[in-house]
Amino acid sequence: MTTIEKTADDAVREGAGDDGTPLLEVRDLHVEFHTRDGVAKAVNGVNYSVRAGETLAVLGESGSGKSVTAQAIMGILDMPPGRIPQGQILFRGEDMLTMAGEERRKIRGRKIAMIFQDALSALNPVLSVGYQLGEMFRVHEGLSKKDAKAKAIELMDRVRIPAAKERVSDYPHQFSGGMRQRIMIAMAMALEPDLIIADEPTTALDVTVQAQVMDLLAELQREYHMGLILITHDLGVVADVADKIAVMYAGRIVETAPVHELYKRPAHPYTRGLLDSIPRLDRKGQELYAIKGLPPNLLKTPSGCAFNPRCPKAEDICRTDVPALVQVTEQDGTELPGRGSACHFWKETIHG
Amino acid sequence: MAELSPDAEATPNVSEVEVVDAATEDEAVDAIEAPVERGEPILQVRNLVKHFPLTQGILFKRQIGAVKAVDGISFDLYQGETLGIVGESGCGKSTVAKLLMTLETATAGEVFYKGQDITRLSGRALRAVRRNIQMVFQDPYTSLNPRMTVGDIIGEPFEIHPEVAPRGDRRRKVQELLDVVGLNPEYINRYPHQFSGGQRQRIGIARGLALNPEIIICDEPVSALDVSVQAQVINLMEGLQDEFNLSYIFIAHDLSIVRHISDRVGVMYLGKMAEIGSDTEIYDHPTHPYTQALLSAVPVPDPESREGRTRIILTGDVPSPANPPSGCRFRTRCWKAEDKCAEETPLLAIPERFATTDSPAAHESACHFAEEKDVVHA
Repeated sequence: MTTIEKTADDAVREGAGDDGTPLLEVRDLHVEFHTRDGVAKAVNGVNYSVRAGETLAVLGESGSGKSVTAQAIMGILDMPPGRIPQGQILFRGEDMLTMAGEERRKIRGRKIAMIFQDALSALNPVLSVGYQLGEMFRVHEGLSKKDAKAKAIELMDRVRIPAAKERVSDYPHQFSGGMRQRIMIAMAMALEPDLIIADEPTTALDVTVQAQVMDLLAELQREYHMGLILITHDLGVVADVADKIAVMYAGRIVETAPVHELYKRPAHPYTRGLLDSIPRLDRKGQELYAIKGLPPNLLKTPSGCAFNPRCPKAEDICRTDVPALVQVTEQDGTELPGRGSACHFWKETIHG
Repeated sequence: MAELSPDAEATPNVSEVEVVDAATEDEAVDAIEAPVERGEPILQVRNLVKHFPLTQGILFKRQIGAVKAVDGISFDLYQGETLGIVGESGCGKSTVAKLLMTLETATAGEVFYKGQDITRLSGRALRAVRRNIQMVFQDPYTSLNPRMTVGDIIGEPFEIHPEVAPRGDRRRKVQELLDVVGLNPEYINRYPHQFSGGQRQRIGIARGLALNPEIIICDEPVSALDVSVQAQVINLMEGLQDEFNLSYIFIAHDLSIVRHISDRVGVMYLGKMAEIGSDTEIYDHPTHPYTQALLSAVPVPDPESREGRTRIILTGDVPSPANPPSGCRFRTRCWKAEDKCAEETPLLAIPERFATTDSPAAHESACHFAEEKDVVHA
């Protein structure tokens, strides 16, 4: 098992490039939840890394472990029932999992911030948005209430909320969905962190507002040269903003690739299935390709490759051996930078 | 009763309604049960309006305004086709669904089902209509009663309409339905929590099919599902349409899915229809600026196109339907808006400049300055 993880690790690390250490590196992370029905293995050995200014998209369906990984990075996992039996989360080379709580608190919010999916439930309904935005400055920087409020107005201006001065003492319910998401972004941006984790930031929004919010996020990222981890299930959003992609399935990364490569030549049957199953605006086919079956139950993930019961290419080896995330190469053996696939038959998938 | 907006009249280009005058309830029921040829209009909506009153005061309620959720929309649904309705949240698409189901009473306007105005029906005739128009809801997690078994959920429509399946036959009928939607008939005694999202939506679809309806109204049927499961449900719905000769009204905000499944598409904005036409007309030759903005905002799952694509990013939010802008409702966010747009409400009609041409741009669009712009391929 450990040797398998090692090869996987290498493939990903090479993909991260070699200009300095990455901002954040997740190594062989495992997360499990102890429930009455047994142990649910939500994350089974995830490796990825993000550098400053880079956007990593983590793509997966519900239950694939993409959000749990993010929560583990932020240290907001409910423990218990959650547990991290092994793995490392390195922020600028330091393992956050072995850090003291006090040290970790210094990173959280100031260095790594998170944007949550549902802005309405992530904001406190009984406090004004100005107070909630100012909290960042009061707690982390010890500013006075008055100064914090001035900073909050500045932030709201920066995320382009009209009439920020008048609206600073409004409550979350007085804002529209898109505006609330801007406030979430403002809150994450408050201390100009190095890395932002955005967990489905636009899922609850309309397409027109979604485009506004993603543009804002991209612009702020450029301005501050931040790393961004974008967690999503929307292949369209990913294509628009990501630099590289990690596709997750049943708690593992099944494929990593730079964004253009992934869409052009997927190297894992799951990715291929996902790409084929989305209807496209500019193409109208007769029948959609559907991945058969259902996402696996994490209490009893299938043996071997977790995707094997749904895979059109599955053979005996898929039911017995867990495929490692291996470096993907061209037919002549040249390595494709940043590409990895956890499939026994990746060669056939990408070249066949 | 809410005051009608002055512009709620004339929508010129919809077909003539053949109103059936049923003197007795029996005649009405007969008309409702009569078959409709494929391609003939089965549902005709005319100037449908729904205003929700806003009141003030506790004891003496005064009406201080109205939320104009649906403000004069007209369209036809033909037998065997799928009409997609798209729009942002708050544009009134779900209210339209409720009105068609007669779950809400319309403030004004008519909904003709086979020539009968269902907003005026009652008793047996209304029951017959309701049997023929069924609904599939958005969220399969909240639209199934957690305390009922799957068999009870799918069989419940038979309690209200016992003529469809006699008592002793129900269990077999439910099992048949489970089989039709691709679930194991042995699951009949299970509870909803034992199923995944996609399977639950299949249960919702089976319930919609139970009474052999002619029209199924689907309100965001796949938006709560995972991508890989969405395709399964969409394929199932397309298969069922052919098998049972159904007409769908498919309400969604995901434009790619709507295009995939729909024959015709209507775009709604703030309680009004902005543009309506066949799927190619709307997606490849949109003439209304709102449609163009909406289409250009859809993220395309192809990174190659991200540099070259022109994107129209709308500023601001949808105005409140309680106080919509005068004239064209889209003018506050429109880049083409001129004084005329504030004064005159554009009617949903084929724009004059295209009226005489054969071009696919000649479809109904409610804009003074309608012009073609391909935003999907550009």
